[in-house]
Amino acid sequence: MSTTVDSSTRAPGTQAPKAKRQISDRVRAERKLGWLLAGPAFIIMLLVTLYPIVQALYDSLFSFRLTAPGDKEFVFLGNYATVFSDSLFWQNLGVTLLITVVTVLVELVLGLALALVMHSAIKATRGLLRTAILVPYGIITVVSAFAWFYAFDITTGYVNNWFDWVPGIGPDFNWFASQGPALTIIMASEIWKTTPFISLLLLSGLAQVPGELSEAARVDGASAWQRLTKVILPNMKAAIMVAVVFRALDAFRIFDNIFIMTQGQYGTEALSLLAYRTSIGRLEIGLGSAISVILFLCVMLIAFTAIKVFKVDLAGSGKGR
Amino acid sequence: MKATHTPRRARRGRRIRSAVALAGASAMLLTACGSQESGPPTLTWYINPDDGGQATIAEQCSAASDGKYKIETSLLPRDASSQREQLARRLAAGDTSMDIMSLDPPFVPELAEPGFLAKPPADVVERTTSDTLDGPLEGAKWDGEIVAVPFWANTQLLWYRKSVAQAAGLDMSKPVTWDQIIDAARSQDKYLGVQGTQAESMTVWVNGLVASAGGEIITAGEEGQDADITLDTEAGEKAADIVGTIGKEGLGGPGLPTQDENSSMIQFQGDKGSFMVNWPFVWAASNGAVEEGSLDKSLVDDIGWAQWPRVNADTPSAPPLGGINIGVGATSENQDLAWEAVECIVTPEHQSQYFATNGNPPSSAKAFDDAAVREAYPQASVIRESLDNAAPRPQTPYYNEISTAIQQEWTPPQSVNENTPKETTAFIEQVLKGDALL
Repeated sequence: MSTTVDSSTRAPGTQAPKAKRQISDRVRAERKLGWLLAGPAFIIMLLVTLYPIVQALYDSLFSFRLTAPGDKEFVFLGNYATVFSDSLFWQNLGVTLLITVVTVLVELVLGLALALVMHSAIKATRGLLRTAILVPYGIITVVSAFAWFYAFDITTGYVNNWFDWVPGIGPDFNWFASQGPALTIIMASEIWKTTPFISLLLLSGLAQVPGELSEAARVDGASAWQRLTKVILPNMKAAIMVAVVFRALDAFRIFDNIFIMTQGQYGTEALSLLAYRTSIGRLEIGLGSAISVILFLCVMLIAFTAIKVFKVDLAGSGKGR
Repeated sequence: MKATHTPRRARRGRRIRSAVALAGASAMLLTACGSQESGPPTLTWYINPDDGGQATIAEQCSAASDGKYKIETSLLPRDASSQREQLARRLAAGDTSMDIMSLDPPFVPELAEPGFLAKPPADVVERTTSDTLDGPLEGAKWDGEIVAVPFWANTQLLWYRKSVAQAAGLDMSKPVTWDQIIDAARSQDKYLGVQGTQAESMTVWVNGLVASAGGEIITAGEEGQDADITLDTEAGEKAADIVGTIGKEGLGGPGLPTQDENSSMIQFQGDKGSFMVNWPFVWAASNGAVEEGSLDKSLVDDIGWAQWPRVNADTPSAPPLGGINIGVGATSENQDLAWEAVECIVTPEHQSQYFATNGNPPSSAKAFDDAAVREAYPQASVIRESLDNAAPRPQTPYYNEISTAIQQEWTPPQSVNENTPKETTAFIEQVLKGDALL
């Protein structure tokens, strides 16, 4: 400890000018190396993401059906007007927001609980515990969606038989025939699948909270709850916000679970499924592109709000700037 | 020093080995491409999933061509709408591998209208459709012309449990009506096998009901977006009454809102099974289940079949029509050979072989006379009669829009009432004009 303090206090006084020149050279070299390493990936990223985005923006200004190429017509913002004036869009936006808010909140609470368990587990069981918690996250979403679907399906499912002692559940209960129960299963599947991801992010945040702070609070007579809410959580705010942003962006684009379980029927359709059905199903490239652009702007808005309003530091304490 | 040099050398060695491996792989790929050029031309046949029947026919036709061509099959997705999506995207992109395609009849107009399908030569049409049944032949036409060659044709029958029909006092040797089977299910406390999920099967049901009541969902389908939606008629109301009654009274069982062809078959095979409208695959599937031991033989013995139920007692029903037509892509580089291959694929012999082995009925009248067909499908004559009376689904390039709108408005079945036909008509009109999302 003392040596690091010494070296850091000595350096600015005695070697400042030389160090400055050296750092500048090093930074230049590092930047060059950085571009060399990341440049090709950056260019490929531009090609595979920027090009489709620009193409979608362009297509969204046309009335264009893939199977009627001769009828392509410039409609400017007409597609956007159609989308915004349709109640289906707003209903789907509502479903998407509901799924985002509910899943992120529940995952945050469960993820924190799991992170605390993993953090305080004794060393011998830590590895096993982390592996066990990570299993759902390792399963492909489509596979997990099928597993949940077949478990709850009225024809092939076993849940109705196992839980027929719960009021309202019985062999004749069709989970996927109405909005409420269907969305509940979709969200439960989503939560089961991605809570491990949140818990890992939170665990890394938890590990960064100095143990002394907690210890000092304990000595001062703080209860476990007080230590959690007054010491641990405020000190891991950055990790929590990063977890929330990642998951919110992910949850807003939910597709697989709905596609497999209900195909969006009975009020369970999210925006990404509407974009898919319009572009790929109906082959209405113009209208579908407009929905995709709106979805993209929504995702940008979430990211922008998180970074600017809640000051989420995705680069991690300003390092690497 | 030694310690630092060895890994570097090892790395260099690895790099050289990787480069050699890459060069080798590229050479093999190039050789593979080269060798393909030297053999007979390869025709790609995009097939819908089946029990291997189309792949067998592809092999037989390749062998019969004496080295003139070789047919390779490429599997399309499982459901009809996904098959359409893939075919349309490839055709729109000018994919030159679209030599031969298995096409679901309702989607033929959409692909024919923009010129994605090659026009069949007159002599091919003459040779392949001389004994095609009327229903399947209509499904292969667009704008009055044959644009694809009928391969196999499908239709729904009324499947029933003999014991239930007997208990309900129904004489199944005579045509029965929807009202009669609804009453029978009610009195016997059984479930009707219908498809109430938001999928193509819903449109199949509604179209069958409307056509059986003497109506049509649309007229002037060739007008595309300007087609007349004629669902808000007496026929539409009758269809809504039947769907709504089954839905509201729970006669389709608790699974009705999510029930497709397969799950309605499973329900039919259970204790609550009574009457079911479904495709002939249920016969092969039920017998297969008996062979596997998952179903009792007595169940199959209890299964009877008849013509699709009537809506009006005095008018014959117009059962649903399905099947597969074979088309050739306009961008195919081997169109002449492709048509030659199509002629081989759709011969009555291949159609009857396909029916006997894969359970998909022929579109050719002659194929129904085959002894193997009669043995595998005791209901072959009923299927043939049903195909003669079958009504195609709306023929329009905008079929997908019309079908999806019907699916959304007519599900769940318990929500269907006397206003549904009117609301569906208004919704379809809005969608076709581009004023509404779907």
